[in-house]
Amino acid sequence: MSQRTSPEDAESQKRFSIRVFAYSWLRPLLPWLGVSVFFSLFFFYPLARILWVGLNPTSLFTISSDSFLLASRVFLFTFYQAILSTLLTLALGLPVAFLFARYDFRGKSFLRALTAIPFMLPTVVVAAGFNALLGPRGWINLGLMDLFHLQTAPILFIGTLGAILLAHVFYNTTIVIRLVGNALAHLDPRQEQAARTLGADPLRVLYQVILPLLRPSILAASILTFIFDFTSFGVILLLGGPHFSTLEVEIYKQAVQAFNLPLAGLLSLIQLLCTLIFSIIYSRLVTRSVVPSSPRAAGTNLRKVRAFRQKLILGGMVLLLLILFVLPLASLPLSSVVRLEADRGQRGQIIYGFTADYYKELFINRSDSIFYVPPFDAIGNSLAYAALTVILSLALGFPVAMALVHPHRLERILDPVLMLPLGASAVTLGLGFIVTFNKPPLAWVTSPLLVPLAHTLIALPFVIRNLQPALASIPDRLRQAAASLGASPPCVWFTVDWPIVVRATLSAAVFAFTISLGEFGATSLVVRPEYPTLPIAIARFLSQPGGLNYGQAMAMATVLMAVCGAGILLIERLRLPGTGEF
Amino acid sequence: MKRLLVVALSLSVLLAACAPKALVTLTVMTHDSFAASASVVAAFEQANNAKVVFLKSGDAGAALNKAILTKDAPLADVFYGVDNTFLSRALDSGIYEPYASPSLANIPAEFQLDPQDRALPVDYGDVCINYDKAYFTAHALPVPATLEDLTNPAYKGMLVVENPSTSSTGLAFLLATVNHFGVTGYLEYWNSLRANGVVVVDGWETAYYTNFSGSSGHGPQPMVLSYASSPAAEVVYATTKLTDAPTASVLGPGTCFRQIEFVGILKGTSHLALARKFVDFMLGQQFQEDMPLQMYVYPVNSAAKLPQEFVQYAQTASQPATLDPAVIAANRDKWIADWTNTVLR
Repeated sequence: MSQRTSPEDAESQKRFSIRVFAYSWLRPLLPWLGVSVFFSLFFFYPLARILWVGLNPTSLFTISSDSFLLASRVFLFTFYQAILSTLLTLALGLPVAFLFARYDFRGKSFLRALTAIPFMLPTVVVAAGFNALLGPRGWINLGLMDLFHLQTAPILFIGTLGAILLAHVFYNTTIVIRLVGNALAHLDPRQEQAARTLGADPLRVLYQVILPLLRPSILAASILTFIFDFTSFGVILLLGGPHFSTLEVEIYKQAVQAFNLPLAGLLSLIQLLCTLIFSIIYSRLVTRSVVPSSPRAAGTNLRKVRAFRQKLILGGMVLLLLILFVLPLASLPLSSVVRLEADRGQRGQIIYGFTADYYKELFINRSDSIFYVPPFDAIGNSLAYAALTVILSLALGFPVAMALVHPHRLERILDPVLMLPLGASAVTLGLGFIVTFNKPPLAWVTSPLLVPLAHTLIALPFVIRNLQPALASIPDRLRQAAASLGASPPCVWFTVDWPIVVRATLSAAVFAFTISLGEFGATSLVVRPEYPTLPIAIARFLSQPGGLNYGQAMAMATVLMAVCGAGILLIERLRLPGTGEF
Repeated sequence: MKRLLVVALSLSVLLAACAPKALVTLTVMTHDSFAASASVVAAFEQANNAKVVFLKSGDAGAALNKAILTKDAPLADVFYGVDNTFLSRALDSGIYEPYASPSLANIPAEFQLDPQDRALPVDYGDVCINYDKAYFTAHALPVPATLEDLTNPAYKGMLVVENPSTSSTGLAFLLATVNHFGVTGYLEYWNSLRANGVVVVDGWETAYYTNFSGSSGHGPQPMVLSYASSPAAEVVYATTKLTDAPTASVLGPGTCFRQIEFVGILKGTSHLALARKFVDFMLGQQFQEDMPLQMYVYPVNSAAKLPQEFVQYAQTASQPATLDPAVIAANRDKWIADWTNTVLR
């Protein structure tokens, strides 16, 4: 071979260096590749298509001035209830997170799983639960009427703002418990000890040491809760009733009932823009408040409850959690095993008997329906969709969360965009899927895979917000120390990063799992009737009259709760290598 | 390389030989409430060497909007489930291919609302007020017979209805009141209903299972806006075997609104002949007799016999309210907006 460089070689070398240069410029963007492709194809493109149908320059002028008035009124209420709901959720969630992260007591993992169950329950089921407890003929009202010999129900709950707020707290407290709890579990106790030694009282330690360190995770929990409340749909319809309307409810009315796509498009755009603005504010706040400390592996901060005062506080909190989470949920399994006798209209003479009929009936296709699904198939469908969602959202979310630890300028701009799927109305996106994926080369609308893809869109923001604060809390000097001691980069990652993020990863998996199990709005628009999920099966039973249908819906809801609870406990108990060691 | 090609070729021949004989797939787009017996659908599939795939697309409104939005590249060959309150929207959007099915001969003219045969009637149902029989017996209360009766203080706070802006049942009842009291009088009627404590909820599920005292939810209101066929469903899906329905319908003249559901062939289908056969099948006796116990609706085909449960426990209104679909289409948004201002604000 000649030593002389031929012109071709020089040319190829130049090309090579250009390629290397291009790669080096692209490299920071590499982790974003999966998410970008995914978002463009399954979020922005369908959304743009459907918004264009509604909001092209000619149709825009058909929106009447009355509609703008309506939009502004709805917007104000949406904002108002979301703020209130978020504040209440934080008020309950923060102390509970503290309790879970700092104290070790029997039944803790059960309680933790319990608080996560509402998060995935379909609103129809939650509304039935609240109604059995607090409705006009619920246990509490009937008890009070009996006790004080009242003619009418003393507590008016269903159809009030209070019902909306309580349901939102019920649904979203788990977000605060998990995100803030994870951060708390990893805090370096020496900082608090130092502050205490220097004479600070516990309250001052809380305000000046713990809360500033928790700011990123509190912000993340707040933004997720707020956006969930801001885009609330089922809770407003079923528990708030027709006197209340949020943007999402109005979008549904305009897009589906009135087929007023221009107005529906405008409202969708408002909702998306708001989500973007909230996310930008969040990103600004959070980048200013990350303080890398010396995070501990989970479990090292745990204390036993000893003092009487601590026991009293712990007992009170546990009782509060049980009241809030068990009572509304308990009515579902209860209704699934009690039989109402035929003379149900005779007030005061309703006779209950226990029965397993509703569960047995689930296995019978009484009417030879072509859409009958055996319960284990529905469980199987739900679990398959959920497993795909967990895998997909972790695979797409992990690289991005890692990249966001030291974000470049472009990544700072991309960051808030990741939250957008939470702000997209399910109806709008559902219709967007239809107009986008109905013809080749994208004729995927009949594919069962659209379900986990839609679930992944909703789960991704949760996955990223779970992982990012945990990854960001790891100080670089730990990695540098490991590297200088001779650890290879993979070894550094596995011994330094992994033990700290393993808990956040599991938590992210729990969120993706529960979101997929419980999602109804988007699922109902893209699911194939042959492969229904558990929430879809519940809705089918509730769409026809008859005691057997109602009982089967309650039985299915109980199955859903059991599957979800078992799934959460299982994921949290996964003994991944590296857990618990540091 | 050559050997690889031979292997690949023989493999593909083998696979082709093993694959079942190619069936034509017919896609039928419907709303979530659609149901049919597996054996009935299988009979059609066998007779026509076809496979029928159903695409459920949300509630009646959502399904129709999807059909309209995809009319350039239709997702299905046949679309079932548009009712007379949405009929004009469907017809005006031009999604249907006309088809004068020979089966129409057995269907009374009152159901055939589209003279051009783009949308063909399949079934009907009456949206009526159901009442809790035991409650009325226990309180020795006469059952209301007319819409006017409902404003009687004796029934204060006893009726729950659905919101017409979110529920097709609610819309049907609003239309019944427009039909009975006229455009000038219906709001006044709703004012007096409101004064008499009418409860409004957003969906049928809430109204029936949360508020109605006659359902398994045993709520506070003994009257609910549901369907004339609901009492039959209460018997068929009873927890314990019932000899009589626990509920019944108020069927007085003008109190119920008749919903008629239609099927049509989607323009652009590549299986026109098969789609026509499917429409014939839906209007034919076998499917028509299967519908009542599957979807709790009535067959439009006069040759179809009703199941025993329907004869015994379900009744139809003798003088149901109806309105011209074009009139509904032209006024529904205004009527709903005015209703909202009157009842909810």
